[in-house]
Amino acid sequence: MTAATVAAGPAARPARVPRRWGFLARRLGFYLAAAWSAITLNFFLPRLMPGDPSAGIVDKLQRVSGQQVSPSALESIQKVFGEPDANLGRQYLDYLGQLVHFDLGISVSNYPVPVSDLVWQGLPWTLLLVGSTTVIAFVLGTGIGAVAGWKAGGRFDTVVSPLTTFVSAIPYFWMALLGLWLFAFLLGWFPLAGGYDADIPIGFSPSFLLSVLHYGALPAATIVFSAFGGWLLGMRNMTVTTVREDYVLLAQAKGLSSRRVMLRYAARNAVLPNFTGFALALGHVVGGALLTEVVFNYPGIGYLLYTSLQQRDYPVMQGVFFLIMLTVLLANLLADSVYALLDPRIREGG
Amino acid sequence: MSTAFLSSWKVRVGLGIMAFFCLLAALGPWAAHTLLGLDPRANDISFIAQPPSSQHLLGTNQFGQDVLAQVIAGARGSMYVGLLGAVVGTAMAILVGVPSGYYGGKVDAALNFLTNLFLVLPVLPLILIVAGYLEGTGLTTIALIIGFFGWSGGARTLRAQALSIANRDFVRAMRMLGERGRRLVFAEVLPHLTGLIASMFLHAMIGAVMAEAGLAFLGISDSSAISWGTMIQSAQQQSAVLRGLWWWFVPPGLCIALIGTACALVNFGVDEIANPKLRVARPVSVRGAKRLARAGGGA
Amino acid sequence: MTVQAEQRTPSVAPAGQAVLEVRGLTVEYATGSIPVRACCDVSFTLRRGEILGIAGESGSGKSTLITALTRLQRPPAVTTAGEILFHGRDGAPPVDLVALDGKQLRRYRWTALSIVLQSAMDALNPVMRIGAQFADVLRARDRSLSKRDAWTRAAELLALVGISADRVRDYPHQLSGGMRQRAAIALALACRPELVVMDEPTTAVDVVMQRQILAQVLRLRGELGFAVVFVTHDLSLLLELADRIAIMYAGRIVEVGEATALYSAPKHPYTQGLRDSFPPLRAPLRTLRGIPGTPPDLRRPPSGCPFHPRCAQRTGGCDERLPALLPVGPQAGHQAACLLHETETETETDSGETKGGIR
Repeated sequence: MTAATVAAGPAARPARVPRRWGFLARRLGFYLAAAWSAITLNFFLPRLMPGDPSAGIVDKLQRVSGQQVSPSALESIQKVFGEPDANLGRQYLDYLGQLVHFDLGISVSNYPVPVSDLVWQGLPWTLLLVGSTTVIAFVLGTGIGAVAGWKAGGRFDTVVSPLTTFVSAIPYFWMALLGLWLFAFLLGWFPLAGGYDADIPIGFSPSFLLSVLHYGALPAATIVFSAFGGWLLGMRNMTVTTVREDYVLLAQAKGLSSRRVMLRYAARNAVLPNFTGFALALGHVVGGALLTEVVFNYPGIGYLLYTSLQQRDYPVMQGVFFLIMLTVLLANLLADSVYALLDPRIREGG
Repeated sequence: MSTAFLSSWKVRVGLGIMAFFCLLAALGPWAAHTLLGLDPRANDISFIAQPPSSQHLLGTNQFGQDVLAQVIAGARGSMYVGLLGAVVGTAMAILVGVPSGYYGGKVDAALNFLTNLFLVLPVLPLILIVAGYLEGTGLTTIALIIGFFGWSGGARTLRAQALSIANRDFVRAMRMLGERGRRLVFAEVLPHLTGLIASMFLHAMIGAVMAEAGLAFLGISDSSAISWGTMIQSAQQQSAVLRGLWWWFVPPGLCIALIGTACALVNFGVDEIANPKLRVARPVSVRGAKRLARAGGGA
Repeated sequence: MTVQAEQRTPSVAPAGQAVLEVRGLTVEYATGSIPVRACCDVSFTLRRGEILGIAGESGSGKSTLITALTRLQRPPAVTTAGEILFHGRDGAPPVDLVALDGKQLRRYRWTALSIVLQSAMDALNPVMRIGAQFADVLRARDRSLSKRDAWTRAAELLALVGISADRVRDYPHQLSGGMRQRAAIALALACRPELVVMDEPTTAVDVVMQRQILAQVLRLRGELGFAVVFVTHDLSLLLELADRIAIMYAGRIVEVGEATALYSAPKHPYTQGLRDSFPPLRAPLRTLRGIPGTPPDLRRPPSGCPFHPRCAQRTGGCDERLPALLPVGPQAGHQAACLLHETETETETDSGETKGGIR
């Protein structure tokens, strides 16, 4: 006993201050820097074009629309992309000031609707679609991946894993096209386009919400179907590795139920890298979802980006990018918070 | 060692599919033209939007163009973007990732920030914006843009690997012997990463093929160029889905999916061989153990 | 089975009686076309409260034996022959752990037989508090135990190995290496097992901590009366700790006997080599000698005695005949598998060969 008590003495107690905030503060700092970088990039991109950016954009706009740009539209373009003779530093500060007030300029193709209005209109739809599908795909993929990895090499695993490999190699928008053709065109189970039934007034009435579900089901399903494979394969391989860990072996030696060993020991640890991989995955999901919106004419910002691109409506393009970037960074911060919550080594130092 | 990875059927099938599409891209258009007399741009007025038949094996599109000829021509376009995009992307990943991991310190801090930045930025919308500003985006421009924005994942992996190699004894020893940094990086550290870089290149190629398809689908690509992406895009524009012209948009997408699967298969197989922890999960091992247990009389 | 039934006693079984009998245990790995036999015809008996040390080089089959004993092996490892008879302290007839399925085994896990793994850092779940890792097994064994009582019990168990009670709320990474290892030992004792298997529990800690942990194991064994199978590559360490020592080579037990007898008068050339390659802890220094060569490749084991290619004392039949484990020397229970000693007990050779011969 004495030897042990002596041994316990000198080992210094680690600091009890939770370091969770340290980790999250570092990440927050990074995301702020990333946001600033992207905003600056957004500012300089049009100005890097040879010649006067506004003139070039007006020129392109005229070519696409086939008509003269009105003086008021010209003014809006110059507001966003700078007057020909204005000082660049001055322009940059003005630009930052406008962003702070969420003033993204005026749409050229939908003159004089502010870009922020257009973007706010589309954002809830995209958030609804991408947000819900990301969560569903994550939960589904991680869950199935854990089961496949737990009995790796078993019958379930040998069927599911190669199949998933194939499914996740399919381009999103093509999958969406196939889904549209099969379930909406051939079978007629779902509407062909749109985000809601246009005959029902927009609001929180049950019939409208039901139509939102009906219209959203197919786009959502195609996104989930092509996105969950990545999570599944990642989780499967992590589980295969984790199952060989000593703490899982010990949990089995303890005679805990295999359910408990799988959930509390294997899956609980295997899921952690999936959160660090969130940044990588989210970029793909957002990109894929934008394309899916185009396939289904879904009224989100992906579709808005598409139409603005067709009409070379640069203020809208820039505004949409700004918003997408903010949302992606926020989602990453959220994933980091969950990660910090799940991993005590990050949370309580060590 | 160099042929060990061929023992996996996954690797063999994956490489086989890859080789097929590379060959198709290289020789396909010529073969289709001289042997089958197919021209991807020729309009057959008597066959407008016809389903597969003996004259047109994969049918024709809205403009009376042969879909098979287009798929073959598209293979060249898509693979060209894939290869060029992958070369640019992988080169950038090496140039950023390896020095970042090898040198550490301030170099690492700066390069790592850059990597993480490109990692979290939504790349597809960003490429869209850039491509939107550029006029006349042909396949080469598209490939360059894709490579320029798609290197971050590879750089992150390479950084981690270079970091571990830089701390190995042989590199330390050479550094103590006064070996110059740059030579050491490229002559000693880089060769240890060739396997990883090859696998990254494969990934980057698929990524670029998919990204090109996505961009073309959004109407970024020059519509005169033929790639699988522009095929799907023109199918979408001509409402092929709403008119049930499935033979128009199914084949190009299937080709992309096949290449993607081939790449995944190769990586899967190499992973199983390189990572012993995954190897035990191979069905062969599991079945072997079961057989042995049965032979042991249930002992 | 009938023999064991006669030994049945109504009350708690006395010390000196067997708690574990291993007979002809054989483990194979199903890798490649030919199964690799990592553990071959291993037999030994462990008495209640006894510490049996098992020593051998890496690759000798020690780790395979541990996972087979604790029934924790995973594919591709498979127990292809033999039995592991466990005699409970309640005096019930012995059960063959090899014959039980996963569900039946769970009844014996941790209450009959627990394990301490080599690295506590890897053996403790990094995302669970120390107390929770005690509580879940305590409550799995005793469903009436409340959560609060389980945590209190966890703190008591930690105190048993000299870790202060407030550490129950720590995560494994917050403990020092020595503390983690002691916590792992406390965890193994949570359900008062009759047998604890220890897999080199002191290799990850420094020498001072190593001595403390060994002293604690001995003290706790005295207090709680569990038996120990202690596996290590360090023979001199076993001399300090074990009552009996078994030496493994190429998946077989080549010598077994009382710790002091085996150490002072090793009979098998391999044991001699092993002893001479470690400095003794409490004996006058002597010249250290290694064993030439490397352990055999178990995919292609040498014919005859597996040690003969490295053996300095090999004679004519060594590469042809597999020696059986036979009594040697004056001490009772001292056995060795070597042809050098088989001649001493010529009469037993025939029966011994059929028992320990190639299967």
